[in-house]
Amino acid sequence: MNAPAFPELSRRALLAAGGALVVSFSLRGIGSALAQSAAPERAPDGKTLDSWIQIEANGTVTIFTGRTEFGQGVKTALLQVAAEELYLDPATLKIVSCDTALTPDEGYTSGSRSMKISGKAMRAAAAQAREILLKQAAAKFSTSAEGLKLERGKIVAPDGRSLGYGELVADNFLHVEADEKPKLKEPKSYTVVGHPFARVDIPAKVTGGAAYIQDLRLPGMVHARVVRPPTYAAVLRSVDAAKVEKMPGVLKVVRDGSYLAVIAEKEFQAITAMQALAAAAKWDEQAVLPANYAALYEFLQNTQSQEVVIHDNKVPLPPDVRTVVATFKRDYQMHGSIGPSCAVALFDNGKLTVWAQNQGAYPLREAVAELVNLPAEKVRCIHVEGAGCYGHNGADDAGGDAALLAMALPGRPVRVQWMRQDEHGWEPYGSAMLSKARASVDARGQIVDWEYDVWSMTHSTRPGGAKCLSASWYREQPLKLPPARAPKPTETDGNRNATPPYKVPSIRIVHHHIKEMALRVSALRSLGAYMNVFANESLMDELARAASADPVDFRIRHLDDSRAIDVIRATAERFGWSQSRLPQGRGRGFAYARYRNGETYVAVAVEADVDRASGAVRLRRIAATADSGQAVSPDGIRNQIEGGIHQAASWTLYEAVSFDKMRITSRDWAGYPIMRFDAVPDAVDVQIIDRPGKPFLGTGEAAQGPTAAAIANAVADAIGTRIYELPLKPERIKAAIRV
Amino acid sequence: MIELTVNGTTHPVDADPSTPLLYVLRNDLQLNGAKFGCGLGQCGACTVMVDDKAVFSCRTPVSSAAGRAIKTVEGLGTADHPGPLQRAFIEEQAAQCGYCIAGMMMRGQALLEKNPAASEAEIREALQPNLCRCGTHSRIIRAIKRGGALIRAAANTPQTGGAAR
Repeated sequence: MNAPAFPELSRRALLAAGGALVVSFSLRGIGSALAQSAAPERAPDGKTLDSWIQIEANGTVTIFTGRTEFGQGVKTALLQVAAEELYLDPATLKIVSCDTALTPDEGYTSGSRSMKISGKAMRAAAAQAREILLKQAAAKFSTSAEGLKLERGKIVAPDGRSLGYGELVADNFLHVEADEKPKLKEPKSYTVVGHPFARVDIPAKVTGGAAYIQDLRLPGMVHARVVRPPTYAAVLRSVDAAKVEKMPGVLKVVRDGSYLAVIAEKEFQAITAMQALAAAAKWDEQAVLPANYAALYEFLQNTQSQEVVIHDNKVPLPPDVRTVVATFKRDYQMHGSIGPSCAVALFDNGKLTVWAQNQGAYPLREAVAELVNLPAEKVRCIHVEGAGCYGHNGADDAGGDAALLAMALPGRPVRVQWMRQDEHGWEPYGSAMLSKARASVDARGQIVDWEYDVWSMTHSTRPGGAKCLSASWYREQPLKLPPARAPKPTETDGNRNATPPYKVPSIRIVHHHIKEMALRVSALRSLGAYMNVFANESLMDELARAASADPVDFRIRHLDDSRAIDVIRATAERFGWSQSRLPQGRGRGFAYARYRNGETYVAVAVEADVDRASGAVRLRRIAATADSGQAVSPDGIRNQIEGGIHQAASWTLYEAVSFDKMRITSRDWAGYPIMRFDAVPDAVDVQIIDRPGKPFLGTGEAAQGPTAAAIANAVADAIGTRIYELPLKPERIKAAIRV
Repeated sequence: MIELTVNGTTHPVDADPSTPLLYVLRNDLQLNGAKFGCGLGQCGACTVMVDDKAVFSCRTPVSSAAGRAIKTVEGLGTADHPGPLQRAFIEEQAAQCGYCIAGMMMRGQALLEKNPAASEAEIREALQPNLCRCGTHSRIIRAIKRGGALIRAAANTPQTGGAAR
């Protein structure tokens, strides 16, 4: 029997689901995450086709992915890819994402790799399933597969007989080895990929449907809040919890070393109790942070670092060169999710289930299992979408919190919601970075030499085991994050996009990896690429100036890749790039990068006004062009690039995590301002160059670097002097003007 | 017992009067629309309408909302029968993660109920209290503009029965 792997849920199906979580859920307003948690478990190894795709006797097609949705539209794009190869309407497919009991292990959703890797794999799986369906149909019709036609879920024989996909289902018929190279549809015959298809998650999000982990309400669910230490290194000396334990609704105060939390029946009771507990807690604090950014950048340059040599191909310089030298800095910046991290966990009958937003359910399971001392097979992690995370924010930590607290209160689902100050103060930030660049042009205006040294702390402390979950650092038996290992010289971590994309005959690029961290850091959208592209593309403008060349022409003449040149030309044209004089205080800037030097191509042009009195920057208009290879979901790509532009504009103009030697002082949106509507550019115009038949390229992080650099170049053009430090704060601009 | 009128329906609610409206809407009434973002009135994710004004439900004690007309994004329509502003957000694909969107919509709805022909400058000003992190700002502005156009079009078209589609 082809057991339906993902039944339409009824209470009976739910209770019949033998290996599944046995909880009596209220099914009213059920969200997909709840439905998912009640589906029978499977053990997909990723090697067989049915790990990725299942077809039921009623014709329902379900695809399984280890990739997670966080608003980037990946579910929609994967549905389009699968629907295309299966000749189906993408709206009729189901998708199950990132659940250790249901989906194959695809590691992390990171690095803009979803479409390149999983999109390709999903395309192959769907194509293979289609070929198997055709073979089944040919046997049933006693004809050859060649003459058969596929039509929206049916296979039609030349004589007009037809069979629905469901009628072709046989026992375990997709339980075959996944073929990486099945026969694929010709891109020119595509009707779904590259065509408009509305995001599947938007209707629920605009109507109050259950869309987020925060919306998960399990029967009997209780609410918890964690009392975070005031600083990273604080130790809980004492707390008198007796009064808090008697507060209305309080079920339990949990203390494990310096890890302190409270669980209550109702959410506001938990918050009130948390505040009382925080007031009662006495901490021993010590100063462990650099006193300020000046001290931090001293530390970055002077502490011992590991050298990761990316390129070392120096040749002697010709005579008569002009050399530019610059030092760039980038302050710590935060993910700043609008919804603070949240997770729900239930420990029941010896099994722990954790619903959490994460970038990988399997790595989170490893970490949680170690944290609560259970074997991994007794732990199930289910990804549920939360607010946009843009990398590694507090989401995994919240999963760890929920797991620990659920173990302390077996049988009741425990929901942990981080408060705003928890998220701002405890998320791992994007690392502060410093780089030194030195490059030269010859008398003909060609770049003849390029040296770039970048200092950075790590850009990845994702689980990684229980030691990567913040709860583990404060327990009676604390764990400690080990020093970060040096990354490979492969477009990763702090060296991402450190290599310029231009033709340079003499080059040396070195990544100085610092294994300690001052403030907690991890992956923030684009990792080192944001800083490195800012630096490289600022340098390109300085070199163009030294060569008396137009910045756009100068870039083009140092490029071989025609796709790079195409996005640059298209952007310049759309923007109306010229050397015409602009009014006083107005500037234009241009930048280009190919993310990871191997993913989406992006060029950005910016026109900005700088108020000389206040130093404030006002973005007037931005034009951009992206080439993501074969565009699966063109509006999805446009949305990602537009979003990246707005977000990177906010990072670039406003954002720096503030701290003193004791603690993080950016604890809310007043202490860490981001872009508001008055600062949104008047126009953001993004165009896509589609490349039918070319591989899918990762898009989600591609706009961050070019946007920063184009803004910096526009500001330099407007004020006649350059700012080398991110963010381009009004104080820095005013100081630069005065010099 | 406090009586709350939400989206036209009155509910008795057993909550401490100082509880912020947000938690009552989300937990007691199981409405997902208003979101917890900061609890400080800095981000607007929790925005709902009380009478004709957009308010931060995280800073509004439930007792002060009693007896007044509360409207959440659920009151604007459903996924099957979206109201004009919901249609506009779907048509503009004006969401990424979407966590801020319900708050944006209620801020926009309050503006459009007063002035369905609001200009871009007026829309920006109205949205100033609300934060978006994905960078969907330009689409949100367009969607509210479109929502205004759809509301005006609906007002100019005689009702022929059935839900707006």
